[in-house]
Amino acid sequence: MSERKIDDTTGVETTGHSWDGIEELNNPLPRWWLWTLYATIIWGIGYTIAYPAWPMISGATSGLLGYSTRAEVASNIAAHEAKNSELVAALEAADLTALDNAEGLRRYAIARGGSVFRAQCSQCHGAGAAGAKGYPNLLDDDWLWGGDMESIATTVAHGIRNETDADARYSQMPAFGDILEKAEIAAVVEHVVSLSSDDYDRALAASGSTVFADNCAACHGEGAEGDRAQGAPDLTDAIWLYGGDRDTLTTTVRDARFGVMPAWGQRLSDADVRAVSVYVHSLGGGE
Amino acid sequence: MDYVKLILLGLVTLIAAMAASWGHDLAYQLHAFLIMVIAFAMFIWVLRNTDEPRQADPTQDGIYADGVIRAGVIATAFWGTAGFLVGTFIAFQLAFPALNFDWGQPFTNFGRLRPLHTSAVIFAFGGNALIATSFYVVQRTSGVRLWGGKAGWFVFWGYQLFIVLAATGYLLGSTQSKEYAEPEWYVDLWLTVVWLTYLAVFLGTIVKRREKHIYVANWFYLAFIITVAMLHVVNNLSIPVSIWGSKSVQVFSGVQDAMTQWWYGHNAVGFFLTAGFLGMMYYFVPKQAGRPVYSYKLSIIHFWALIFLYIWAGPHHLHYTALPDWASTLGMVFSIILWMPSWGGMINGLMTLQGAWDKLRTDPILRMFVLSLGFYGMSTFEGPMMSIRAVNSLSHYTDWTIGHVHSGALGWNGMITFACLYFLTPKLWGRKQMYSMSAISWHFWLATLGIVLYAASMWVTGIMEGLMWREVDDQGFLVNSFADTVSAKFPMYVVRGLGGIMFLSGALIMVWNMWMTIRGAQPATAALPGASATATPAE
Repeated sequence: MSERKIDDTTGVETTGHSWDGIEELNNPLPRWWLWTLYATIIWGIGYTIAYPAWPMISGATSGLLGYSTRAEVASNIAAHEAKNSELVAALEAADLTALDNAEGLRRYAIARGGSVFRAQCSQCHGAGAAGAKGYPNLLDDDWLWGGDMESIATTVAHGIRNETDADARYSQMPAFGDILEKAEIAAVVEHVVSLSSDDYDRALAASGSTVFADNCAACHGEGAEGDRAQGAPDLTDAIWLYGGDRDTLTTTVRDARFGVMPAWGQRLSDADVRAVSVYVHSLGGGE
Repeated sequence: MDYVKLILLGLVTLIAAMAASWGHDLAYQLHAFLIMVIAFAMFIWVLRNTDEPRQADPTQDGIYADGVIRAGVIATAFWGTAGFLVGTFIAFQLAFPALNFDWGQPFTNFGRLRPLHTSAVIFAFGGNALIATSFYVVQRTSGVRLWGGKAGWFVFWGYQLFIVLAATGYLLGSTQSKEYAEPEWYVDLWLTVVWLTYLAVFLGTIVKRREKHIYVANWFYLAFIITVAMLHVVNNLSIPVSIWGSKSVQVFSGVQDAMTQWWYGHNAVGFFLTAGFLGMMYYFVPKQAGRPVYSYKLSIIHFWALIFLYIWAGPHHLHYTALPDWASTLGMVFSIILWMPSWGGMINGLMTLQGAWDKLRTDPILRMFVLSLGFYGMSTFEGPMMSIRAVNSLSHYTDWTIGHVHSGALGWNGMITFACLYFLTPKLWGRKQMYSMSAISWHFWLATLGIVLYAASMWVTGIMEGLMWREVDDQGFLVNSFADTVSAKFPMYVVRGLGGIMFLSGALIMVWNMWMTIRGAQPATAALPGASATATPAE
């Protein structure tokens, strides 16, 4: 079996072996292949001298260039902060309501705030800040806790109904399923529907208005126009956080809602909180 | 001997019954019940045959053990189709999240179907293809029947059981959350038993070979089997929370665990999907082309270089993480040096066609082999490139990675497996050729276009996504939110799904073609060289 012969097609000698009819030619290694392999090896040796690579007994070689991924990102961050340090200082000191007059600072605050919003806030409020069920739309002028710059900044810094910040905005609607009869809940829901719609049962809504006056008006106001001091929503404007259909309203009245927002002052820098407040204020509904 | 079997099977049935009733979680209970049923059925079967006179089967002596390969060929086609189907479905789940049906929660959501897809295509489709072809190749190139008697069948059925346990476990939420190593501890233990038997059968056949030298394909298969055994055992080192439950805790923690996982993960690619499939290539390409292997020297050098270098390349999966910089550098450097050793296989395969290139016009199977080598070359260039830290900072975590994996998996592993199935099916069932040669051409073009749609859409969306993630304004602030990048990818996700449909359609055509070829055919018997007058004499 071990008989070398010449392959007719290529004129190359075989190795003389044959397995199930498969033979092998005795071609040399392709030159370009070999030299490319050598080149990558030489490059590899050079690269591992230049960069941190070889593990030693205590630690690894740090490389002639002194490169480190952590040092690189730290220096990028430092450069970014140094570049904007004056603007940051100005933002931290500025009266946010007066930023309009300092155009450069306002532009910086909105750019920075937008970046913070996209990274931290968009998960709930949406990339475009239009909100979702349970998460308020920040583009309109319907505010639960106030839409002036100071109120927004307070909401951002301390959050709502969280357990981490003693200054968090807090209020709690009772679960009226324990307080009212089913018929009363149906009536008050009809009344709430009547406040912003023409399509309702007049008799039922009328009986619901008494229930409303007795149970709801203390927080939502006699005209149901809401109260920003305690985050009680305006029920007359046809803007709904959880939904304005009868089923959703029944659930809301029966079980109550307890939306939570983190205290971002505990996670973000002061400049970030201020910047994102300016950004939210600038979206359209700021007062 | 039968009494020992009966006692063992009885014990397994009993323990499985206990496990089924005491199990802490549904996956574990279901698996225990399954094992109980199988063990009990075998118990009854052995019992009924106990003390029956045995007839020695003289017809088995002089022929190759091809029954297990026939089963493997069918299993490969079956699991492949199932895996492509799940893959196509989850591709559309990403484009249209509503396909995560409420009624199917949590069993049919993307998170559970995704490991089902990856394991089905890599381990069930690829694994069965590797086991079947390795049994075929090692017998032919050693000139002897498979060593170990029925052990080959144990490997086949044991491996199918592993697949079923793994797949049902994923759907029921049993996972150790290590990518490509999701099955829990008892499934891992079972696979270890099966895999060591596989090693014994393969090695035993090589040891009793009649050829003086071990053929190059067998080096690759052997490297694949041994290394996968090592990777599997080390990466799955874990301690069960209870022997009556599926949950286990990893032995390694933190960055050591991550490094072990990607040492495993990368070499699953290197040894399962590269070395093993190169073993296929080295037998079936010269066979189909009817030409000698291009260079013996190249096969030696690139084999050892590949084996030595691949094992160090894993850290490139962990650039810019808690992994120390030195390990990341080494992973990148070894990946780049690996470029030429990987290409050695492509060169040896393609150059083997010297003097046979004209066959490409008439032979769709050879065309598949050549295309698979082309995709192999492309993805083994793309891989080292993506391992470069600077490139990786753009590509990592994006769909580019998914595109890279699929150009390798669909193009290289998929295509070469299809070609091998088309080679093997007529031979194993005694037909002259496949039922329809034009159906093979249809399969070729559907699969090729599918891969092109897949890879191209993932390059576009991956690079776009990477650029959007790092896009900053003139003051250095991020421009896009994550959700912006997700919605921007939608059209490319639809294109990717269409590519999947094309690839799946090709596979369905193959299944039909295999069915028509096998239908009514008798299993063929192939005589060992020198075993009988009708066999071809050994050279």
